[in-house]
Amino acid sequence: MTVYAAPGTPDSLVTFKPRYEHWIGGEWVKPVKGQYFENPSPVNGKTFTEVARGTAEDIEVALDAAHKAFPSWGKTSPAERAAVLNRIADVIDANVELLSVAETWENGKPVREPLNEDIPLAADHFRYFAAAIRAQDGDHAELNSDTVAYHFHEPLGVVGQIIPWNFPILMATWKLAPALAAGNTIVLKPAEQTPASILVLIELIGDILPPGVVNIVNGFGVEAGKPLASSPRIRKIAFTGETTTGRLILQYASANIIPSTIELGGKSPNIFFGDVADQKDNFYNKALEGFSLYLFNQGEVCTCPSRALIQKSIYDGFLGDAVERTKKAIQGNPLDTDTQVGAQSSNDQLEKILSYIDIGKQEGAKLALGGSRVDLGGDLTDGFYVEPTIFEGHNSMRLFQEEIFGPVVAVTSFTDYNDAISLANDTLYGLGAGVWSRNGNVAYRAGREIQAGRVWINNYHNYPAGAAFGGYKSSGIGRENNKLALEHYQQTKNLLVSYSEDPLGYF
Amino acid sequence: MTNTTDTATTATGLSAPPPTVEEALANPAPPVVAASVTIPGETQSRVALTDTSVQLLRKLWEQYGPLMFHQSGGCCDGSSPMCYPAGDFLTSDNDVLLGVFDIGDTQPQTIEFWMSREQFQYWSHTHLTVDVVKGRGSGFSVEAPEGVRFLIRSRLMDTATPFV
Repeated sequence: MTVYAAPGTPDSLVTFKPRYEHWIGGEWVKPVKGQYFENPSPVNGKTFTEVARGTAEDIEVALDAAHKAFPSWGKTSPAERAAVLNRIADVIDANVELLSVAETWENGKPVREPLNEDIPLAADHFRYFAAAIRAQDGDHAELNSDTVAYHFHEPLGVVGQIIPWNFPILMATWKLAPALAAGNTIVLKPAEQTPASILVLIELIGDILPPGVVNIVNGFGVEAGKPLASSPRIRKIAFTGETTTGRLILQYASANIIPSTIELGGKSPNIFFGDVADQKDNFYNKALEGFSLYLFNQGEVCTCPSRALIQKSIYDGFLGDAVERTKKAIQGNPLDTDTQVGAQSSNDQLEKILSYIDIGKQEGAKLALGGSRVDLGGDLTDGFYVEPTIFEGHNSMRLFQEEIFGPVVAVTSFTDYNDAISLANDTLYGLGAGVWSRNGNVAYRAGREIQAGRVWINNYHNYPAGAAFGGYKSSGIGRENNKLALEHYQQTKNLLVSYSEDPLGYF
Repeated sequence: MTNTTDTATTATGLSAPPPTVEEALANPAPPVVAASVTIPGETQSRVALTDTSVQLLRKLWEQYGPLMFHQSGGCCDGSSPMCYPAGDFLTSDNDVLLGVFDIGDTQPQTIEFWMSREQFQYWSHTHLTVDVVKGRGSGFSVEAPEGVRFLIRSRLMDTATPFV
């Protein structure tokens, strides 16, 4: 319906600057070493801006700013902090299209997704934590008639946050909102694939935050992320990304004896019980969409339902219908609101996906749909596009066990309920899962038996604030999206008070 | 000074630009360095390096000193090998050493390739070749600033057969 003008063309809603510095202490600050790196768009493969290439020196400057801002920010009242977060939400709401175009250009996702999901969810996230911090009470225990223990939530201080590229603004929000609500100041290191759209956001909200409360240092992981995560000047490090890096983050945290929460991805099973096909009604229609949701964000989601488990009794019919449904997915210009499947975010992601398609074939998986790179021609010819792909195979194949992070789903069958649970749990990961059944008891029991932090029952890819989100097993530690997250950014102060004038009698 | 993904050739000093995706899959670069066999009881090498990987690793060695690999699972930049200065990433009894490369010309330059034990259980039927592609990987892998990314290409081990 609507095709947004590409950034760099006259009618575009967003104009990227030719160069972005770091955002430190409420202003743009040049990198100490004066280096920049180019930022290409996956939509057309071409560079559209360059961004400051941060190093340990810049991290120190950012930490200085965060430390300077903390005494004041940490002591503002919850009501004042909530007001700041609510103002940020208002600005996001007022700029949905601009921010959506910026994200699409940098990440490659089809613009209808940030318009309808990423950006509105980000605004709501700030509002949720504004509410949560105001409603959070401390606690007390009257130990005896003269002694009271008061428990206060206090902020940790200066915290480090390292985020991925798949939802640049939303992933930043999931980290920033609870940390800010709890009274911490932050040094944020965005992913090097998507360093600019968060800066477009900070330009809009920068003056709402006191200087130094949020600081953004861009750069490569080894040059900027590592100095941040291993710094003795932060009181916590939070991370979302891949497994090995997550282990390294925990390692650095242990060296400094600080807490860390990490979200490391998954291989989420999407389970379709036989009763789903009892009728070919609207619910069946919803289940078919549920299957196709592996295409959401081109499969670049930690909870991508990339393993579909279909009960044998309905396997042929359901898979046949699912293939037909998936064929209808519209792949094209990500700036067109009709487009459903956009570009993968970088060349190396594209290569990785194709290498998995290759190993799948070698392992003996059967290709039911797709399997190749796509050239969309014209301006998009150098973009990173892969066609929607469906494989059938065996749950022990690498195709079924590893995050491909692309528009690829691996399908297998199960005989009965116990087989379904066993297959669902036969994975290193436990971040997400989907259960589809008309029978509430089956759905409930399956949901409780699956070892994953988020089980969607009769829906998928729904991320409302208030629903706790995080991993079991090798998918990580900690929960986001719920008031639980406040406690990940706070420590407990116990004031143990005596109202008695009498000595103990010991000395 | 700018670093770009478009000039991977000059940035890394590689003798030729990495092939396109289609070229690489149609004509996989031959492995030139095979890792030693390190798992007790095994006889076949499990991991190999392409010529491009060897050149890149030699260049990275000059900057960082001895190196190591740990294969990452998980989202984002996972399902890919991470290259760190040797010893930066602490391995444990819960990791498996798949092999040791020697990329040295005149003197030994050994690089260990590690994977978590739980992950190895799902990978053990495949042979891995470490290749290089143009890209912008993240995590803390040391090659990222060069505008390239290590990537695994896999084939079934000679001892394995396709799943039925």
